[in-house]
Amino acid sequence: MAPVAPRSGDAIFASVERVNSELFTLTYGAIVRQLLTDLEDVDEVNKQLDQMGYNIGVRLVDEFLAKSNVSRCVDFKETAEVIAKVGFKMFLGVTASVTNWDAEGTTCSLILEDNPLVDFVELPDTCQGLYYCNILSGVIRGALEMVSMKTEVTWLRDMLRGDDAFELQVKLLKQVHEEYPYKDDE
Amino acid sequence: MKQYTNVLDRPISKGKQEVSLSGFAFLFSELVQYNQTQVDNIAELERRLEDAGYAVGTRILELLCHREKGNRRETRLLGILSFVHSTVWKVLFGKVADSLEKGTEHEDEYMISEKELLVNRFISIPKDMGAFNCGAFVAGIVRGVLDNAGFPAVVSAHFVPVDGQQRPRTTILIKFAEEVLQREARLG
Repeated sequence: MAPVAPRSGDAIFASVERVNSELFTLTYGAIVRQLLTDLEDVDEVNKQLDQMGYNIGVRLVDEFLAKSNVSRCVDFKETAEVIAKVGFKMFLGVTASVTNWDAEGTTCSLILEDNPLVDFVELPDTCQGLYYCNILSGVIRGALEMVSMKTEVTWLRDMLRGDDAFELQVKLLKQVHEEYPYKDDE
Repeated sequence: MKQYTNVLDRPISKGKQEVSLSGFAFLFSELVQYNQTQVDNIAELERRLEDAGYAVGTRILELLCHREKGNRRETRLLGILSFVHSTVWKVLFGKVADSLEKGTEHEDEYMISEKELLVNRFISIPKDMGAFNCGAFVAGIVRGVLDNAGFPAVVSAHFVPVDGQQRPRTTILIKFAEEVLQREARLG
């Protein structure tokens, strides 16, 4: 059987069921508000958002692999491109761009110009340390960990803090090769 | 993209932007799971989901009044109910609600029913949680819209089994406050 060609982000997005992004935006806002009321400390909220994102990422990667038919990525560069072009498009309806590769090819930046999570949002003075979109960093970290890549994801630029775009730095820490549960000689 | 210093200066989107259903479903499931860790019983969980929905309802009312209705305000009961059943549902869930009915037993009760509520699509309730319904989030949205439009009400979500259908349909029960009915009677 001939291998199925990977589908483009646009094609997949057109074929999945979609909902209005405003429902999504407002629901996310409700989540952040609940966390701020419960936890009060901005760093705790950042951590909780990252954890929630991690839980989502772990399950999201299955759906991503099933729907997109991408073949195994040869290196981290390809992985980052696939996340930016196919992954983001498939779930959020927007594409990101990949830039700022370092010399070894283990660190890059994902730049988001359009972000459905932050429509209508403004950070008040009391929450200046909040990374409002921190759920995204958790999602990427969780998804990559399920495909054997341990990464560290941090925010470099945040539009809610006055920058001109959203920039996520994704750093590959190590590739954990799959371990077989059985010993070879048994 | 032009940078606006004040979020209020930014142009309002047309509302045509979309995200994937699964993205929303993942987000909603995290909302429910997080709240489960914060409460001891089902009533509390429903209340928290409802409060989260209330915040959404408040904002969607403001947005839609400005964008869809040209800043006109509904003053009659049937007007606001039809606004919720058609406009709000259409924007949030992509379709108008399946049905809008007046309660037969009580004058102040109305019901909006949906065969399969969007938020409940990927959720199954374990038996030990009894009558818990994640539609409490949607009930909260409706309460938020009604309350801020000047029609205070108590809103709840219930499962109603339907013959011939495996999954029960969801009914959002709206019970208006006394003052709403009195005002409605005065307006004739």
